[in-house]
Amino acid sequence: MRTVAALVVTILALWQGVIWLAGMPPFLLPSPLAVADALWINRAEIARHAGFTLAEVVLGFTLGSALGAALAVAMGFSQKLTGVLRPILTFSQTIPVFALAPILTLWLGFGMAPKIAMTVLIVFFPVASAFLDGLMRTPQAALDLAQVMGAGRTRIMRHLRIPAALPSLATGLRLAAVYAPIGAVIGEWVGGARGLGALMIHANGRMKTDLVFAALLVLSVMTVIFARLVAIALHRLLRRYGV
Amino acid sequence: MTAAASVRGRAWVGEAPLFAPVELVLELGGWTCLLGPSGVGKSTILRLIAGLETGARFEGEVVRNCPVALMAQDPGLIPWLDVTGNVTLGARLRGSLGASSVSKYPGGRRSGPIEGPLRRGAKPPAAPAARAAHLIEAVGLADRTHHLPANLSGGQRQRTALARTLFEDRPLVLLDEPFSALDARTRAQMQDLAARLLDDRTVLLVTHDPAEAARLGDRILLLRETGLNEWPRPDPRPKGAARPYDAPEVLALQAELMRGMMA
Repeated sequence: MRTVAALVVTILALWQGVIWLAGMPPFLLPSPLAVADALWINRAEIARHAGFTLAEVVLGFTLGSALGAALAVAMGFSQKLTGVLRPILTFSQTIPVFALAPILTLWLGFGMAPKIAMTVLIVFFPVASAFLDGLMRTPQAALDLAQVMGAGRTRIMRHLRIPAALPSLATGLRLAAVYAPIGAVIGEWVGGARGLGALMIHANGRMKTDLVFAALLVLSVMTVIFARLVAIALHRLLRRYGV
Repeated sequence: MTAAASVRGRAWVGEAPLFAPVELVLELGGWTCLLGPSGVGKSTILRLIAGLETGARFEGEVVRNCPVALMAQDPGLIPWLDVTGNVTLGARLRGSLGASSVSKYPGGRRSGPIEGPLRRGAKPPAAPAARAAHLIEAVGLADRTHHLPANLSGGQRQRTALARTLFEDRPLVLLDEPFSALDARTRAQMQDLAARLLDDRTVLLVTHDPAEAARLGDRILLLRETGLNEWPRPDPRPKGAARPYDAPEVLALQAELMRGMMA
């Protein structure tokens, strides 16, 4: 904790130092105090936008995780399906999500839908990929036993493969929780007037750089808290299952 | 008497032959020890009988006339299930946990001359949970029923695996070097326990330990690169027990088997 505090103070000092020494104008680089000021003055507006972004993140993360997990289980069942889907999934990740944002806005309008869709797109891949990895690495001794015991594929999946893969799923979810807000913000940049991304674009256009920084700060803190909450929830869940 | 299982044929790994043509017929009843050094395909033969993936190319015929249970060197315990959960794993995986389990083969659930609640003639309980509790007691883990595998010793893990194998209640039991990773004393204790609890079942024990074969084999088969040889039948084993590890004739048989493996 002390290290973190020292780090924050050092960064703030350097930040302020650069402004003093280089004489940067506030519209290029606002001082830490100016950002704090902007944060306080616009707190209601920022909170409202943050609420929208948070809702998109939570919904997109939930949907994307469910989609990714379901896809992993389906692929875990069928080698053939894995053979078909894996290259498609990899290919889907080569398309930059930035390029998709305008198209999604075109298709889904200016509301929450395209932002959630962007978040889903960002979230589902790490989740599906990590979970599938875990599903394919069930200890062979347990699989042999299950086969000799006359277990069906569905029960092996439910009682052996999925529980054994939960730590891998958790790894994917923790990673996805950090990336999820990126999807939402990219969506907000492209269209619509709500959310921290939209606020940043709007403020940037009016040279209110201090407000951009304030929104960015709130976004970072929100992401850290969200990722931390997801990690804690997963830790508890895994401990309850004993895996 | 019909055979419990048989394997006739040969196997390759890639282009290299794994074992020369073998003919192994497993008769009903008694312990058959398949003895041999590592890498000659003992486990492959066992896995063929179990109907498992072997990683080798097999050409020939595998016949199995009765259901099997499997116990291997890796006990394959499920880390998030306690001892009871692991023992009843088969019922869970077949979706029959909670339902009263009916023996799946005629004449099944035979109990040998076992001390305590599993004594011959005593009717084992029918409900899976009660049956599991009795078996856990029989392997000496009554005070460990709610322990997770991580909190058990190597010997206790194999005891759990043995109880799980007994819970399966199959006439043919395949043992794939189940005691190889144990220390000498624990191994001898497990051999005694297995001989007692698996009496009256047909057992195929794959082992690389001549001492183990000398203690447990009613019939000993030696598998080498050159092929499969039937060892002369040793003197009968005491009923429901392993031969004493320190008896002169057991030590002599062990030495002979060792010579056979070196030849």
